Order: sequence, then C-alpha cells, then structure tokens
Amino acid sequence: MTDRRTTIKWMLAAAASMPLLNHGSAAEQAAGSLPAAAGYGSDPLLTKLYRPGDAWPLTLSAAQRRTAAALCNVILPGDERSPSAESVGVVDFIDEWVSAPYPRQLEDRPIVLEGLAWVDAEALLRFEKYFAELDEPRQRAICDDICYEPNAAAKFARAAGFFARYRDLTVGGFYSTPAGHQDLGYIGNVPMPRFDGPPVELLRKLGLGPEPA
Amino acid sequence: MALSSSKIEKNYDVIVVGSGAAGGQTAYTLSMEGAKVLMLEAGRNYVPEQETPMFQTPDQAPLRGSATPEKGFGFYDATVDGGWTVPGEPYSQSTDDPRGRFAWWRSRMLGGRTNHWGRISLRNGPYDFKPHSRDGLGFDWPISYDDVAPYYDKVERLIGVYGSSEGLENTPNSPEGCLLPPPAPLISDYLVQQRARRLGIPIIPGHRAVLTQQLDFKRSPALLHPGNLKAQKIIAAHMQQRAACFWATDCGRGCSIRANYQSTTVHLPPALATGNLDIVTDAMVSEVVLGRDGLASGVKYIDRISGKERLAGARVIVLAASACETVRILLNSKSARFPEGLANSSGRVGRYLMDTVGSSLRGQVPLLESLPPQNEDGASGHAFYAPWWGYQDQQKGRLGFARGYHIEFGGGRHMPDSGTLRGLERLTHGSYGKKLKEDARRYYGSFVGFAGRGEMIPNEKSYCEIDPSVKDKWGIPVLRFHWQWSDHETRQAAHMQKTFAGIVEAMGGRVMGAVQTDGAEAISPGGFIIHEVGGAMMGANRQTSVTNEWCQTWDVKNLFLNDGAVFVSNADKNPTLTIMALAWRASDHIARLMRRREL
Repeated sequence: MTDRRTTIKWMLAAAASMPLLNHGSAAEQAAGSLPAAAGYGSDPLLTKLYRPGDAWPLTLSAAQRRTAAALCNVILPGDERSPSAESVGVVDFIDEWVSAPYPRQLEDRPIVLEGLAWVDAEALLRFEKYFAELDEPRQRAICDDICYEPNAAAKFARAAGFFARYRDLTVGGFYSTPAGHQDLGYIGNVPMPRFDGPPVELLRKLGLGPEPA
Repeated sequence: MALSSSKIEKNYDVIVVGSGAAGGQTAYTLSMEGAKVLMLEAGRNYVPEQETPMFQTPDQAPLRGSATPEKGFGFYDATVDGGWTVPGEPYSQSTDDPRGRFAWWRSRMLGGRTNHWGRISLRNGPYDFKPHSRDGLGFDWPISYDDVAPYYDKVERLIGVYGSSEGLENTPNSPEGCLLPPPAPLISDYLVQQRARRLGIPIIPGHRAVLTQQLDFKRSPALLHPGNLKAQKIIAAHMQQRAACFWATDCGRGCSIRANYQSTTVHLPPALATGNLDIVTDAMVSEVVLGRDGLASGVKYIDRISGKERLAGARVIVLAASACETVRILLNSKSARFPEGLANSSGRVGRYLMDTVGSSLRGQVPLLESLPPQNEDGASGHAFYAPWWGYQDQQKGRLGFARGYHIEFGGGRHMPDSGTLRGLERLTHGSYGKKLKEDARRYYGSFVGFAGRGEMIPNEKSYCEIDPSVKDKWGIPVLRFHWQWSDHETRQAAHMQKTFAGIVEAMGGRVMGAVQTDGAEAISPGGFIIHEVGGAMMGANRQTSVTNEWCQTWDVKNLFLNDGAVFVSNADKNPTLTIMALAWRASDHIARLMRRREL
C-alpha cells in the first residue's frame, strides 16, 4: 500500500528530525488531550463490580491500544501456567490508568503515551513496521535496549524509564487478577473454619518452628 | 441503624459527640447503665453487614484498587468521605516547611475510624502512666496502670482481643480469660522470630481486636456488668451474633461477619438494643452551649442534609469526636466566661498534641523464595510483634533518646494487588517475558516489611489552634496545626532503621531501598501514623490540665472529654485500647455521679 509506505517515510522523517523522548511536545500534546473527568468521589459504592471505563471514560486510540497490547504481551506473554497480560484485560487497565483524573495517573499519562509513540517510531526506524506487527525477536531487540534503566545506553535512558513504568503497570494489572493470583500460587481469599499455619514439614525443612519464649 | 434527626426526644441524660472508639464505648457503657443517650455523628450512617467488600478482588475495583486522593488507603478501605482531606472541610498549617506540618486523617461515617483501623490493641504499661517520674520529660498521668487495668480487662473481654501474656517489662499481662488465643504465625513470622531473637529482640504474639474464636458469652457478661441482668442478657446475645474470624479478607475493609472490632459492629448494636440510645448521623457539631448556670446545656450542630443549624440538650455532654475535633469544638465554643474557648481556663486546650514516631523498611529474603503455595491470609497480619526491649540500654545511657518503640512486621503470600510486585527490576535486572513470570513466582511472598511505632514526648511546638480566617463549608472555623519533632523522636526513627536493617541481614536478606540513618528523614511526618492524641490533657491540677482523671473538665462539671484528647503521654502502644478503657472508666464515673444526683 502506498499510503503505508508514505506513512513510514513520514514517521521516519519525523523521528530523524527530532530527538524523540528528549523533548516535551509529544508529552504535552498527549496530556492535553485528556478530557476533564471527575473521580469516583469520596464515597463510592464498594460492593459494585467495576470495569475500566465505568468510573471515567477510556481515552487511548485504537492505534495506541494496539501498541499497548503488543508491549503487554512481550512483557507478560502466555505460558503453560497463565494467559498473556492482554487476555486478562491489562490493556483496559492501562487505558483506565492513563485516563484517570488523579495526580499520580496524570503524571504517568505523558510517560506512557510518549513511550508508546517512541516504541512505534523505533520499530519503524529499525524495521519499517509498527511494533505490534513485528515478530518476537524483533520486538525483543527493541525491548532489550530499554528493559533495565541502569544498563541502558544514554540515548535510550528516557525510553528505559518508560519501560520500567510500563512494566510495573503491566505486572500490577496482571497479578491483581484471578489469573495472576493463580499463576503465583495465591490460594487465599476463601473462608476457612480454622487456620493452622504452615505445614510442620515445611517449617522443619526451613529450620524454623515454634520456639520457647 | 440510625434514627433520623426529626425524631430527637427532649430529655436525654447524655449527649455523646462522635461514634468511634470513644463515642462507641461511652454510649455502650451509659446506655447499659440505663442512661438515655443521644449520639451525634458528623458522617453518614454506615452498615458494615451490607457495605463491606469482603471477597472482592482488585480487578473488580477502579485502578485495581490502588490508592487515590479520594481513597487514600485504597479503594476497598473502610473510610467514607475521608482520608487526609475531607471534601469541603479543610484544615490549615502554620508553615510550608514539610517538617512543621501535621496531616489529619478523618472519616465521616458512623463508627468513624474504627471501621478501618489496624486493630492492634496493646495495653499501656505501668511506666507509660508515669513517664516524667522516670526520666524527667513530659508529664505524669494523674492515674496509674492499676487504675486503668480493670478497664483494660473489661474492654478486652467485650471487644475480643487475641494475644498472650509473656511477663515482659512494661508489657502487661492480661488476667486469665481476657485474651483470645493468638492466631498461628506465618513462615515469615517464625523466621523473624528466630533471627531477631539472636539480636536480643523479643518476638511474641501480637494483640489485635480480632475474634480467633467466639467470645465467652457465658462467663464474660457477668464480669462486664455485675448485678445488671438486663445488660448481661443483651451482651450475651450480641456476643453470640459475632462470628469468629474465617481467616480471609483484609480487616481494613471492615468485617461483615463482625469478627473484628468496629464500633458499628461491637459497641453500637448492643447499646441500641437497650432502647436507651438514639443515634443521629449527618450531625456536624460546631460548639457546646454554655448555660447561665455555668453548665453545658447542649450542643449546636448542623444537619448536613438540610444545612440547618440545630440544638440538642442534655444533662451531661461528652465529646468523643477524636482528639483534634474535640479540641476544635472546645476552641470554637466561646462565651463571655470562656473567651479563649470552653473549659480552657488553663490555656492548655490544643496544646501538647502528639502522634506516634513511625519509620519503616522492607527486606527481601532468599530463604522465603519459591515456597510451595499455601494459604497465608491468616488473621490479616500481626500474628507476632516485638515489644520495646531497650529499657536496660536506655538506663545505661546507650541509646541517645528517651522512651521506646515496638516493631510491627509482616510478610507472607497475601492477596497480590497492583503494588505487590512493584519495582521488581531491582532484583531481576530488568527481566521481561517468560523470565519475568518465573521471577514473579520466585519473589512473590519473599518480602518482609518492618514498621516501628514509638513514643513521642509532648512538646510546646506541637499544637493546634483555630485558624483566624479559614472556615469549612458549614461555616465552622477550622484548625491550624503547628508541629515539631524533638531529637528524641528523630533519633528513635534512625534507631528503628538500623534495627530493621539488622534483622533483615540476620535473615540473610537484602534491604529494599536505602537505610535512612538521618532520623529527620527517617521519621514519618506528623499525623501520618494516625495516632494523634493530647490537646486537652488530664491532670491532678486545674492550672495545668483541662480535665481531672475522670475526663471531666475542671471548668464545666457536666462536660467530659472521653477520647484521646486527654492523653498526657503517647506510649509506643497504639492508643485505641487505652481510649476505650479510659472512656469506660469515665462513663462509669458519669453514671455514678448521675445516680448520686451530682450531675
């Protein structure tokens, strides 16, 4: 498609002409695009079941959500123990997070939006495809450069900051679901007639147990 | 559970302002004794049996339940219209310097902050009532441990507190039958116990207001209300309606099966069952009205629904609105006789405000990695704690600060939420993909957090007063806070950091984050521990205190302050149990004086 090649060229030109993630304009535009919304108030109904979008509108575009999903799934892919982050609603959670009207979330919004834009621009620059369209080795090639802030090259420092924040959101969104609970082996939140504490064999193995005062 | 304000009767014996630990206990004791009681609560009615999100998981809440300014302790926390800010009800600070500020956690709901609190219920010890006699700092209480002990016994029997009696210094034993058995510890509890003891730090069962078994409804009623058959019958029935803990769900959400202490599930239902208590919610008390006879004749309050000011009268007025709110009401109750605020002839109303010294540190422990799945919900934390152990070192002048702290700690495989595995890259060096999933399984449950809770000595620079210009949305002048820690507190916070790091090291673990050795940085800001007490201290001398030992103001004999405002010192022990014990003791005295027609 000619349109597509044109788009890539334009994106590459844009990427070349400005030091991405080292200026504020994308972030400012992103933050400025958040429509004014109220929070859930100081007395929300606690027993209701909420879905992202119930408390305030979601704001990510389809393109942003596509990149967000791809990144979620690179960070926490499906394996034999649990499904991928995207499949348990983590993209919805991240959309809810960056669309929320509270200070901490408003602070994260430009970091996330700018980071998602950077990931796509970097993918286009290196491989002439959007991040979501890359195969896993190519997605990892980009992520490897930004996955750990202390080791990231100076030119990737800001992108690495985004990745750390995005990974925390993905991890927080995933492990707070029943699927995440199951993956970690969390087996609580059920009423029990008695609580006996850890099995004696396990304590013995660890060299622990009741001690005289 | 609440009575609408249009049905207020005319002839109440007692008005109780506030429905939390102090108000709940006062209303309970007095209504059981036959007094007609009107309780006024600023917040809305709240029904834990219907409103508590018991088994909800984080993914069912906005933002996975994360804290926001509107729900400061997370979405499911049992706080209504409250937190560090209350909509339309500001308070002010005397300085922009963060170290001179005080943060005030409030709620606007029936039962107040008892709905969400940590339930840690420790007795003050004998030293804690006579601190000035021991080290020359602060003030002595006009009462001793022996005066309060019978009321600690009663409160423990009534509300249900688990724990043990270990006979340690200044850490009182409870008489046989007062405490419920402590819950089974978790693996991390055993590990902390083993390693901390090698450092000379005692680790013993904690004390929390959670029913590890049903209350003793056969023996306790007669001990709680000797000679009062009606009261015995009512409380026996209510003890049987409270279920024992079913070892799931976080106590901070409240408890719909009434297995932990909330005023709304423990104090108020039996008090209402006497037929002697009326509760009016949405009643924001602004001042106490002084009659021509020099007695308190009633209180003015704003009905939050209509916005109208109303008046309620009674023979006796009890303020139990929380230390700072009680002070605010007194200071706003001005008259020709008390131009500086009611019952303030000593000039001490608002003075000597205290919080608790707090500092925390987290460790990661390889020994706790990759353990087999097991249910560690337990009693929602604090199976064990470390009472203050440094009395001998302190006496020898080795510590550099006065008074002590206890350690609260916890680890375990608790319900993962959006913050449980935050910042994991410090351990994983940035893993992602399948490796991150493996790492998450490995590290989940391997963290142990430590929090110190220590004594603050009252000082001249920590107090509150009425802001000369700011009013809340009801038109009531607000409080302005002044705050300063002394070296005793900041050095104690630094000592906490070193101690926690030592325990983490003794467990073979690594400290997460930095060990803060600068005490001024290590200490939590004023108010953050939400143990604010003082502001209207009791004493033996009317020139230097606001109330006598019975929480009765020196200046107005039918006005009582039954909450934390009367505290003379703030021991490391969490204040709620002592607030309830003192409220019961004061209420017994009120009943006695009313019987003698002295009130």
